[in-house]
Amino acid sequence: MERRTVFHHRLLPILLVAPQFLLTVFFFLWPAGEAIWSSMTRQDPFGLHSQFVGLDNFTDLFEDPLYRDSIGRTVVFMTAVSLLSMAVALLLAVFADREIRGRGIYRTLLIWPYAIAPAMAAVLWLLLLQPQIGLVGVWLNRHGIAWDYHLNGTQALTVVILASAWKQVSYNFIFFLAGLQSIPRTVTEAARLDGAKGWRRFRTITFPLLAPTTFFLIVVNLVYAAFDTFGTVQALTQGGPGKATETLVIKVYRDGVVNLDIGSSSAQSVVLMLGVVALTALQFRFLGRRSDA
Amino acid sequence: MRRGPDWLAHAILGLGVLLFALPVWLVLAGSTQDSAAIARGELSLWPGADGLAAYARAWHGGAPRMLLTSLGMALLIAGGKIVISSLSAFAVAFFRFPFRQVAFWLIFLTLMLPVEVRIIPTYAVMSDFGLINSFTGLWVPLIASATATLLYRQVFVAIPDELIEAARMDGAGPLRFFWDIVVPVSAANTAALFVILFVYGWNQYLWPLLVATDPRLDTIVIGIVKMIAVETQADWAAVMATAVLALLPPVVVVVLMQRWFVSGLTEGEK
Repeated sequence: MERRTVFHHRLLPILLVAPQFLLTVFFFLWPAGEAIWSSMTRQDPFGLHSQFVGLDNFTDLFEDPLYRDSIGRTVVFMTAVSLLSMAVALLLAVFADREIRGRGIYRTLLIWPYAIAPAMAAVLWLLLLQPQIGLVGVWLNRHGIAWDYHLNGTQALTVVILASAWKQVSYNFIFFLAGLQSIPRTVTEAARLDGAKGWRRFRTITFPLLAPTTFFLIVVNLVYAAFDTFGTVQALTQGGPGKATETLVIKVYRDGVVNLDIGSSSAQSVVLMLGVVALTALQFRFLGRRSDA
Repeated sequence: MRRGPDWLAHAILGLGVLLFALPVWLVLAGSTQDSAAIARGELSLWPGADGLAAYARAWHGGAPRMLLTSLGMALLIAGGKIVISSLSAFAVAFFRFPFRQVAFWLIFLTLMLPVEVRIIPTYAVMSDFGLINSFTGLWVPLIASATATLLYRQVFVAIPDELIEAARMDGAGPLRFFWDIVVPVSAANTAALFVILFVYGWNQYLWPLLVATDPRLDTIVIGIVKMIAVETQADWAAVMATAVLALLPPVVVVVLMQRWFVSGLTEGEK
């Protein structure tokens, strides 16, 4: 990896790294440090004094049933979004990988949704499922099905899962398609000559060969579902009704920005940071293995 | 090579295409309908008789300003990330300097700290800098990019030593080498990154929500979410017209640059 020929300068490289370095320190490391510090302090109600309380905020947090509920809800949400979105994307990628007429057009029409913002996905789904104006929502209510995700928590969770998974399909599609295309044709061809039929061939040959892509996407999708869906959930339900769609990120926002509970919100931020660190470590463990191969 | 009938592939891919095209068609059709009718639950899949009236209302209701804010934010974030990341990756790949590894790992750490996990402390730092409710605050803090730095470093490390030797023989210094060799060699990666980062910048939601409460700094995405927040009184046709305007720029960028974008995305992130 290390290169033999390098330029010899003392100051220049430091100047080149400086902008990135300063931005990182001021807008990433400093806030992260402050989060860790304020997660271990508690302010009096007037915000005049703060006192060091060690890990008390964390103990409170994990003893709080509302927080534990939010963790459970987030895990359900992340799993459902990742599974749904990856399953649909894989199905589409398998068929788009075939040599059929018009596949270039199909690909373009499946790739463009990458451009849709999470908050915009919420707007589009609202037009389908909103109970008073949404195309499907109105239809359901007219046909005797009580549909209103403003009132029914299960329906609300379903709606945010659908919209969040929908938005991520094209990203997964791009990666699955690239993964499928990197499988040598000779391998699948050999399996075909051995008489392995469609589904069996997919299950025993193609899917195992896609494992690196699948694993990479699992990590990316979990991170997406945990963090990037803030816009979708906020625009559709704001975490409601009640706390039915209050994921961990929505809770940090509600507690910190709306209710100004700095100590608890900082402790929650630190917990989330540890979560991202764990997921990233997982991803790079796997990446390391790939580049060794 | 044949696996199963073609019609099955067409049917499944067709359904997939519809899954994404239908909501967008609905927005397009809805933007030409009467808002009062939509509010009564009469949203239709067919274009209405109102033509472009809703677009005119959206246009006079502040859409141009929001579009400009979004465009400025997306372009500056994409451009800023590309410049800053390529320079620091160049330093890490082509120079030896003290704390080189430390600098690299510090940059790498940013990958682990998305805005969502540091909501409150970031707000505090931003207000210390006086960046709350300023356009600078919307884009400058977002231009540090670990992903882009890692990608550029990967590309730069693959540049053969012979090219550096040749450049040296010609008497080119490092900056000249950067401009004449490194920039053109990585142009395809830059194009791919531009698409990814433009979409990233355009689609920001939590960041502008946190640092800019001044309505004059609303991006188009923030603007739409504000419009739908008052569900009972929303001017739905105008919401949909604004949604069309908000979707158009990033979609155009992705479709026009699809080839670079797809290869850059799948090579870069793996």
